[in-house]
Amino acid sequence: MQAAAQATLDFLKLYWAPLLCGVVIVAVLPLIVGYIVLVERKLMADMQARLGPMRVGPHGLLQPIADAVKLLIKEDIIPDDADKLVFWLAPVFSVGAALLAIAGLAFGPAFQIAQDLNIGLLFVVGISALGIFGIVLGGWASNSHYSLMGALRSSAQLVSYETAAGMALVCGLLFAGTLNIKSIVAAQVTQGVWFGFLAPVAFFTYLVASIAETNRAPFDLPEAESELVAGYMTEFSGFRWSLYFLAEYVNMIVVASVATTLFLGGWLRPFANVRWLNFLDLLPPLLMIGVAGYCVLRMPKQPTRVQQMFMLAVAGLCLVVALVLAAPVLLPFVKPSLKEAVAPFYAGIHGGFWFIFKVSAYIYFFMWLRFTIPRYRFDQLMRLGWHFLIPLSIINVLVVGVALIVGSYFNLQGWALLLATTPAAIVALVAALVILSLDQKNQAQQESARATDFYAG
Amino acid sequence: MGPQHPSTHGVLRVVLKLDGERVIGSECVIGYLHRGVEKIAENRTYQQFAPYVDRMDYVAAVSNGLGYCEAIEKLLIVEAPPRARVIRTILTELQRIASHLLWLGTHALDIGALTPLFYCFREREEILKILEKYCGARLTTHAFRIGGLQYEAHDTFEKDVERFCKDFESRIVEYETLLTNNRIWIGRTKGVGILTAEDAIAFGVTGPVLRASGVKWDIRKAMPYAAYDQYKFEIPVGTTGDTYDRYLVRMEEMRQSRLICLQAIENIPPGPIMAKVGKVLKPPPGEVYHAIEAPKGELGYYVVSDGTVQPYRVRIRPPSFINLQAFDRMVRGHLVADVVAIIGTIDIVLGEVDR
Repeated sequence: MQAAAQATLDFLKLYWAPLLCGVVIVAVLPLIVGYIVLVERKLMADMQARLGPMRVGPHGLLQPIADAVKLLIKEDIIPDDADKLVFWLAPVFSVGAALLAIAGLAFGPAFQIAQDLNIGLLFVVGISALGIFGIVLGGWASNSHYSLMGALRSSAQLVSYETAAGMALVCGLLFAGTLNIKSIVAAQVTQGVWFGFLAPVAFFTYLVASIAETNRAPFDLPEAESELVAGYMTEFSGFRWSLYFLAEYVNMIVVASVATTLFLGGWLRPFANVRWLNFLDLLPPLLMIGVAGYCVLRMPKQPTRVQQMFMLAVAGLCLVVALVLAAPVLLPFVKPSLKEAVAPFYAGIHGGFWFIFKVSAYIYFFMWLRFTIPRYRFDQLMRLGWHFLIPLSIINVLVVGVALIVGSYFNLQGWALLLATTPAAIVALVAALVILSLDQKNQAQQESARATDFYAG
Repeated sequence: MGPQHPSTHGVLRVVLKLDGERVIGSECVIGYLHRGVEKIAENRTYQQFAPYVDRMDYVAAVSNGLGYCEAIEKLLIVEAPPRARVIRTILTELQRIASHLLWLGTHALDIGALTPLFYCFREREEILKILEKYCGARLTTHAFRIGGLQYEAHDTFEKDVERFCKDFESRIVEYETLLTNNRIWIGRTKGVGILTAEDAIAFGVTGPVLRASGVKWDIRKAMPYAAYDQYKFEIPVGTTGDTYDRYLVRMEEMRQSRLICLQAIENIPPGPIMAKVGKVLKPPPGEVYHAIEAPKGELGYYVVSDGTVQPYRVRIRPPSFINLQAFDRMVRGHLVADVVAIIGTIDIVLGEVDR
C-alpha cells in the first residue's frame, strides 16, 4: 500500500509538478511582462521629464491589465494576401520558444522546471534562438514589404550576433567547466568570484550581443519605427501582436537570466564566501523596509483617499516581504537550533531575491540604453558585429584559455586568477581594436572607390 | 514609402527605387495637403488673407505672418513703427527656436533617439506659452497686422522672454550632450545626404540647408528687415553640407536667436505699435517681392495689386518646397535608413510644400 502511494507520489512529482510549474509560468509571465513594460514606460517618462501612465489605477499601476484587456478584445485582422496558416503559426512559435527557454533556467536554487538538465545553458540558448523562426515566418507570411524587410534584417542580425554571444558564453563556460546551470553557480561559489570579473570582455561582448539578439535599441532595426513602420509586426494586430510583444520581453528576461547565471553569480549574494560580510544578508530586508518607509512618507501627498490606502497597502506588502526575507537570517540568532531548519528557506528566498535583483539591473541597463542613444544603421550594425564583436570574442576565447592554463600552472584560485585573466582581457581588447582600425581604413578606401558611381542610376 | 508613414513628417509620399537596401532613384509625390492658398488670396481682402498664411508653415506661423505683413507694407509704402518692429523681431526669433526645436526632436526620433523629442517639446512649450500670453493663440497665431501690431506686449513679456533665454542656454547643452559627440549619431549623420555648395545654389536651396553647404547667405544680414540691422549675430555655416553639418548649423542658429532675443528685450523702444493705415487697404497698383529668413529658408511673397481691396495675385515662395527639390540628389546611393534621416534634415512642413 505504502509502496503504491510512494509510486503515485513519484509519478506526480515527475510529471505533474513540472506541468503545474509550466502552467504557472504561462499564466504569470504575461503579468510580469506587463509590469516590466509599465516600469519601462515609467522609467522612460522619468528620464524624459514627464509622468508616464497615470490614469489607470494609482500612478498607472493597473495600466498593464487595461492594456492586456484592450489587446485581447481588439479586432483580429489577417491581411487578404497573407499566408493564413503561417500567419497564425508565427507568433505562437515565437512566444512558445521564448517560454520554453524559461523552463531551462533556474531562478534560485529551488526554482527550476527542467531540474538538473545537464545541457542546461545550451538548451536555453538553443531554444531561445529558435524564436527567430517566428519572426521570419511572420514577416514572410504577412506579404508586405516592410514586414519582409524587418524579418530579413532580424534574421541577419540574429545570425551575426548569436555567434559573438555564443563565443562569449564559451568563455564563461571555460571557467565553469559545466553546462548544468546549478553547477555553473556552484562553480562560482567554489571559485569565490563571479565569472563576470574573471572574463570582463566576454561579459561585455555578451551584453552587447544580447541587446542585439533581443532586438532592443540601439539594435532595434527589425522593428525600426521610423524606417519600417513596425518591421515584421506591421501587419499584426490585437492578440497576435501582443504575443510577439510578450516574446520580446520574455526573451529579455531569458538573456538577462543567462548573463546573471554565468557572469553575475546567479542567485549568490555579493561576496557569498566572505564570512565577515554576512551582514549583507540584511540588505534585502532593509531595502524592502526602506521602500515601505518611502511609501508611508509619500502617502499624505496622494490626492485621493483610494490612492492613500493603496500606498499603505504597498507599504504593508513590502513589510511582509521584508519579514519573509529577514526571518531565515535572524531566526538562527534567536534560537541556534533552528539554523539547519531554515537553511533551505534562506537559500530559496534570498537566492530568489538576488537573482531577480540582478536580472532587473540587467534589464534596467537595456532600458537606459534605449532612451539614451540613437539607432544604428543596418550596415553599421553588421560591421560592428562581424568586424568587431566576433573577432573580439574569438580572440577572447583563445586568450582566456591560455590564461586558464597559466592560472592552473601557478595554481591560482579565486581573485588571484585575475592576475592571469586581466592581461588576457587587455590583449583581446587591443587585438580587436587593431582589427577594427585596419577595417576602418579598408572601408574608407572602399567608400571613396564607390563614391564615383552614386549618380549612375 | 508614405503618405502614411511615421517619419515622412506629414503626408509626403516618396517613391523609392531600390537596389537591395540601396536607393538608386527617388521621386517625391506631393499635393496631399493642397488647399489652394494662393488662389484663396485673390478672393480675400488684404487683411482677410493674413490668417491664411499661418496655415502654411504651421510650426512657424509667426514668421509667415511677418513676411506677409511686411510685403503688404512695402506695397502700401508704409513702415511699421520701431516698437512694433522690435517686438516682431523677438517673436519671430522665438518662433525660429520653436521651429528648430520641433525639427531637432523629430529628426532625432527618426534616427532612433527617443529622449530629445521630449526635451525639445518642454522648451517649445515655454515659447508657445509666451506666444499664447501675447496673442491668445499657440500655433496659428496671426500675431501681426499689416502696419504693425494689434496687441501691445503684455506686462510680463520682457520678463518671460528673458527667463526663457536664461534657461535655454543650459537646455541646448543638454541636447548636445545627448547627440553631438554620440558615436552612433555621428555615424548616422556624417557623410549622409551631402549637398555641395554648387548643387545647393543650383537647386535654389535656402536657409540652414544652404548654410550647412558652406554658403554664407542669410536674408536677415543680406537684406535686413524688421529690426535685424540693430543686432549683432553670427551666421553659422557648415563645411561639407552633410546631415551632421545641418544639425550643427541649426543648433548654432538657436543659440544666435537666443542672443538676438536677449539684445532685443534690453531695449524695446516706446511709442505706437501701429502705423497709420486705413481701415480699408487699397494699395496703389504695382507689384512687390519681399523675402524674409523663415526658420526653413527664404520665404518670399510676390504680391501684385490692381488697386482694389483684393490682391490680383499672391505668389508665395515656400522654402520647404524648394528645399525638397534637392532630396533626390541627397538620397541617391544611400540606404533606406538614411532616407528617413534625409527627409528629417531638410526640415519640411507639408503644409508649406503643398500650400
